[in-house]
Amino acid sequence: MNYLTLSLALIFVIIPLLLSKVLRLELEKDTIIAAIRSIIQLLAVGYLLQYVFDAENMLYILLMIVLMIAAATQNARRKGRSIQGITWKLILTFVVVEVLTQGILLGLSITPPTPQYIIPISGMIIGNSMVLSILFLNRFTAEVEDHEDETELILSLGGTPKQAIHRQLITSIKASTIPTIESQKTIGLVQLPGMMSGQIIAGADPVQAVQFQLLILFLILTTAVVTSILLGYMSYPTLFNERMQLVKSRMRE
Amino acid sequence: MPVTETEAVRLENVSYSADGQQILKQVTGSFPEGRITTLVGPSGAGKTSLFRLINGLRATTSGNIYVQEKPIEVYNPVELRRKVGVALQSATMINGSVFENLSLPLKLQGKELAQDEALDLLDLVGLKRDSIQQNIKDLSGGQRQKLSIARTLVNRPDVLLLDEITASLDRVSQQDIEELIIRINQNYGTTIVWITHNLQQAISLGDYTWVMIEGEVVETGDSSLLNNPSNEQVKRFVKGENA
Ligand SMILES: Nc1ncnc2c1ncn2[C@@H]1O[C@H](COP(=O)(O)OP(=O)(O)O)[C@@H](O)[C@H]1O
Ligand SMILES: [Mg+2]
Repeated sequence: MNYLTLSLALIFVIIPLLLSKVLRLELEKDTIIAAIRSIIQLLAVGYLLQYVFDAENMLYILLMIVLMIAAATQNARRKGRSIQGITWKLILTFVVVEVLTQGILLGLSITPPTPQYIIPISGMIIGNSMVLSILFLNRFTAEVEDHEDETELILSLGGTPKQAIHRQLITSIKASTIPTIESQKTIGLVQLPGMMSGQIIAGADPVQAVQFQLLILFLILTTAVVTSILLGYMSYPTLFNERMQLVKSRMRE
Repeated sequence: MPVTETEAVRLENVSYSADGQQILKQVTGSFPEGRITTLVGPSGAGKTSLFRLINGLRATTSGNIYVQEKPIEVYNPVELRRKVGVALQSATMINGSVFENLSLPLKLQGKELAQDEALDLLDLVGLKRDSIQQNIKDLSGGQRQKLSIARTLVNRPDVLLLDEITASLDRVSQQDIEELIIRINQNYGTTIVWITHNLQQAISLGDYTWVMIEGEVVETGDSSLLNNPSNEQVKRFVKGENA
């Protein structure tokens, strides 16, 4: 594909614009912004990747990963403002997930230690970890608020903070990881995963594309579970003080 | 109250604020050991908040609370909360059966509640024995209150804080619970602090009474003071309640 054919692809932006105009959906502005942003952002990433791939310098790879973690943290922390030190907890979660997955992939030579593999896989891992963090934080803050009475009951009977929040913690970990697990049950039946489709279009052998997709799916499974558990166990203690009292103002913002 | 009595709980200039609102103002006084003290006052006076402070669920903004002559900060919070049991008005339950709720205090300590012990507790508070496997969703407000009291008793607290536990009970159940609390007080020497809206109950059950209005303790003394209050605010409150 070249830029001429790509510019023809703009037809697919014009169709929704026209429909929006005719039907007065008032989606024109957002559609234009979305189109322009995706063009700029993806092209920038494309050129950046090309530069990093050509440079073959580990430092650049590291820098890219740091950038990804920074962006993911920036995005997810808004959902966890009520949890003290959420920024550092998120950074630590992303770093652990990244080191764990890449450690296994590279350590066992499942993937080669080249930027072509490390960067896209890291992107998927950190991106998924970010989504899971948001899902978890949303659910956890809601659970804690909805079940404050039960938390207080357990504390009042001489339970520890961990006992008092255990049910909410487990519910939130489960609820945030279930969509990942469920979606993998039906994968390939309705829709081909985007990455696999891309590889097939780019000319890869479908079975090889499938193998690679499976690797990614399993990585995402680990990412989902590890993210929720790590974040959960780091977050709940901040809801209590050293006298084992629920610090309410922190949840209620 | 006579100074010779041992104080199970003592409060010194206890103030408490939450969300920028002052809920308790300079509360000073004590609950004598082995006695029943009733606590009355209009809604919003801060009675429930006082219980939360004594049980250690919340921290005072200023002032000191002593339990058995030691500042509550000296106790491990878990130890304090087992020593000073509280049954709150809301009678919150965890999802599950009557037995699961009853055994909760022991489960938190990694222990099990024996079946016959559970049955004895149900007898004690006047719940049917065959309700033991019932889901708490099927209990009435009154049955929940009874279960909540039984559950608090599992920890065998030295001090028992009861928050309007008979408010949702019919007359017969109310009398049963009153008798039960007197029995616990007499048999085990448990110190009882009992918040109630029922002034007759406050007088007949209480050795002593506290009247709280707008976060302040306005009068304390022998519970018969409610028959003939001297304080103007208390007079107005009693008149309003009896009207
Ligand atoms: N966590 C809280 N944050 C803010 N205000 C509270 C909180 N808990 C109780 N209050 C307020 O404190 C006052 C006293 O409440 P409470 O102790 O429940 O009184 P009572 O039990 O005598 O009816 C009320 O005005 C109530 O709205
Ligand atoms: Mg109350």
